[in-house]
Amino acid sequence: MSIEAHGIRKQFGSYTALAGVDLHAGQGKLVALLGPSGSGKTTLLRIIAGLEFPDPGSGRILFHGEDVTDVPAGRRKVGFVFQHYALFRHMTVLENIAFGLRVRRRRERPSAAAITERAHRLLEQVQLEGLAGRFPAQLSGGERQRVALARALAVEPKVLLLDEPFGALDARVRKDLRRWLRRFHDEIQLTTIFVTHDQEEALEIADEVVIMNKSRVEQVGTPQQVYDRPASPFVYQFLGNVNVLRAPALAAGRSRRPAAAAAPEGQVYVRPHDIELTPHDGGGDGISAIVRHIHAAGPHAHLVLEQVQTREHLEVDISRAELAALNLSVNELVRFRLRQTHSFEEDYAI
Amino acid sequence: MSSAVTTTPFAPRPAPAAVPRAVRDPAWARWLLTAVALVFLAGFLLLPLAVVFSEALARGLGFFLKAITEPDARSAIGLTLLTVAIVVPMNVVFGIAAAWAIGKFKFKGKSLLVTLIDLPFAVSPVISGLLFVLVFGAQGWFGPWLLARHLQVIFAVPGIVLATTFVTFPFVARELIPLMQAQGTDEEYSAVTLGASGWQIFWRVTFPNIRWGLFYGVILCNARAMGEFGAVSVVSGHIRGATNTIPLHVEILYNDYNITGAFAVASLLALLALATLVLKSAIEWRGTR
Repeated sequence: MSIEAHGIRKQFGSYTALAGVDLHAGQGKLVALLGPSGSGKTTLLRIIAGLEFPDPGSGRILFHGEDVTDVPAGRRKVGFVFQHYALFRHMTVLENIAFGLRVRRRRERPSAAAITERAHRLLEQVQLEGLAGRFPAQLSGGERQRVALARALAVEPKVLLLDEPFGALDARVRKDLRRWLRRFHDEIQLTTIFVTHDQEEALEIADEVVIMNKSRVEQVGTPQQVYDRPASPFVYQFLGNVNVLRAPALAAGRSRRPAAAAAPEGQVYVRPHDIELTPHDGGGDGISAIVRHIHAAGPHAHLVLEQVQTREHLEVDISRAELAALNLSVNELVRFRLRQTHSFEEDYAI
Repeated sequence: MSSAVTTTPFAPRPAPAAVPRAVRDPAWARWLLTAVALVFLAGFLLLPLAVVFSEALARGLGFFLKAITEPDARSAIGLTLLTVAIVVPMNVVFGIAAAWAIGKFKFKGKSLLVTLIDLPFAVSPVISGLLFVLVFGAQGWFGPWLLARHLQVIFAVPGIVLATTFVTFPFVARELIPLMQAQGTDEEYSAVTLGASGWQIFWRVTFPNIRWGLFYGVILCNARAMGEFGAVSVVSGHIRGATNTIPLHVEILYNDYNITGAFAVASLLALLALATLVLKSAIEWRGTR
C-alpha cells in the first residue's frame, strides 16, 4: 500500500514543526526520512501514523489513494515502532505481541489458541523463539527492538512506520540490525518508512531517501541520487564530510557546474575522497599545500592540508597504499587536485 | 580541520590514594552522629509509641477492651470507618483522574492544577475546616438554603466527610503524578496504534504500571483520613455518639481525665500507623526487588 502526504503543516505554539511537506512512498518501498534533530521528521511520521494531526485544513494523508487524514490511529492499520520500543513493561514478550489481537472486538478477535500460535510464529520470524516468557527488562536493546517489530506486525498492518529504529542501540548492533531489517523488509514486502538522523544508515538500506531540514523536505531520491547530486549545500554537508573552499583559488579543479563555480566569492564543495594528491617536486598543475596532520589508523588515511596561498584547511581521504607511495610526513609540501567538485549559487546560507 | 594538534603533553599523573581520605570521617565523629540519631529516634518516636501501648494497658486488658467497646467509642470507630469508606474511594478516583491528566497530557493551566492539588497540604487543617463552616454553616453562604431544606452539613456526617476529603485530597494524586510523568506516554501510544480503546488502554496498560504507586497512595490517604483531627474538629461539633471520630473521641476522653481510656482508643490509631508502615515497607521492598 502506498503512502502519500500532501502539504502537511504542523505548528506547536510558535514553533513550526512542518511547513508544508509532501511525501510519497511507493508500494513495498523502504523509505528513509533523514534529517537532523528538530527537522520535523518524527512529527511527520507521527502524523502519518495518526498519533498527531496536521493543522486543520492544511494537508491530507492518503493510504493507497484513500484519504485517511481523519481516521484515528487505531483504525489506520499501521504498525508503529517507537524509538525506545515502548514495550508494555508488565507483560511478557508473548503477551506484548498478542496485545493487538487481544484488544480486538469479540467478533474480529481470533481464538485464544490462534492468538498464541500467531504470536509464536511472529517470534520465530524475528528470530526470538525461546524468549516468549521473558519480560522486556530482561532483554537486550536489539531484542526489544525486534519484539516491538513483531508486536507491530501482529495486527497485520498495511504499512510499517519506524521511529529511529536503531537510535538507542550501540554501533555494532545497529549495523547488524539494519542489514537484518533490509532483508526482513524484502521478505515481508510491506511499505515501510523509517526515521533516522544517521545518513550512513539511510543511504545503506533505503530504496528512497527523503532529506528534511528545518521543517521542509530538501531533497528526495535514491541513495545514489542524493549522494551524487545533492540539491542544496545542506544536503551536501549532511550526507558526508565535505570541504568548503573559496572558489578563486581552485581554477585548476574541474567542476560539474563551471559557471557557478567561477562566480566571484562563490564556494566550492568537495568531498575528502575526491581530492587527488601528487608529490610536490614532481611539478604538474596541482595546488600547493602543507601537510598538517596525518591520521592513518583505519581503512583509509585521513590528512589535513593547509593551502599555501590561502591558508585554508582541507581534509583529504586517500588509501593507505597511496599514502605509502607518496611517502608524506607532517609539515611537508604536497600538491592536490580536485577530481569532482560541486557548487551552489549563494542564495542562502547554510 | 585543526592543524594545531601536534604535541601531547605527557605530564606525570599523580598516583591515586589507596583510601579516599576525603570521604572518611574520624571515628569519634561517626560514633557521635550515629548515637545522636539513635537517641533522637528512641526519644521522639519509639518512646511515645511504647507509652501509648503501656498506658493503654495500664489498667489491664479488661479495661482496655471495655474502653474500646463502650458505645461512644464504638460510634466513633464506626464514624471513622464510614468516613474512610467514602473519602478514600473518592480520592482514588480523583487522584487517578488528575494524575492521568497531568502526567499524560499537555494542556494550559496544568501547573495551576498541580498547585491546587497541593493546596490542602499548604493550608492548616483548622483553616480548611473553617472554610467549610463559612460555606455550609448556618451563617455561611449556603446556610439559609440548606436550612430551608433541613439539610445539615456542618456538625453532621457530611461536613466530616467533606473536611476529610479536602485534607486528604493530595495523597493519591501526589503519589501518582511523578510516577506517570516518569513512565511517559509511549506505551499508551503503542496501544493506540495497536487498536486498543481508551478504556482498554487504561486497564491493560496504564493501570498495571501504576498499581503499586496507587496502593501506596491509598494507604497514606487512609491513614491520614482516619487520623485527621484539626479540620474534622472544627466541623464536627463534638457530639458524643453522633459526630465524634476516633481522634476527637480520644481528645474528649483525655479532657475527662480518663487517661487510660484515651490511650486505649489512641492505641487503635497507633496500630493503624504501624500497619501502614509495615504495608508501605512491603510495597517498597517489592518495588526495589
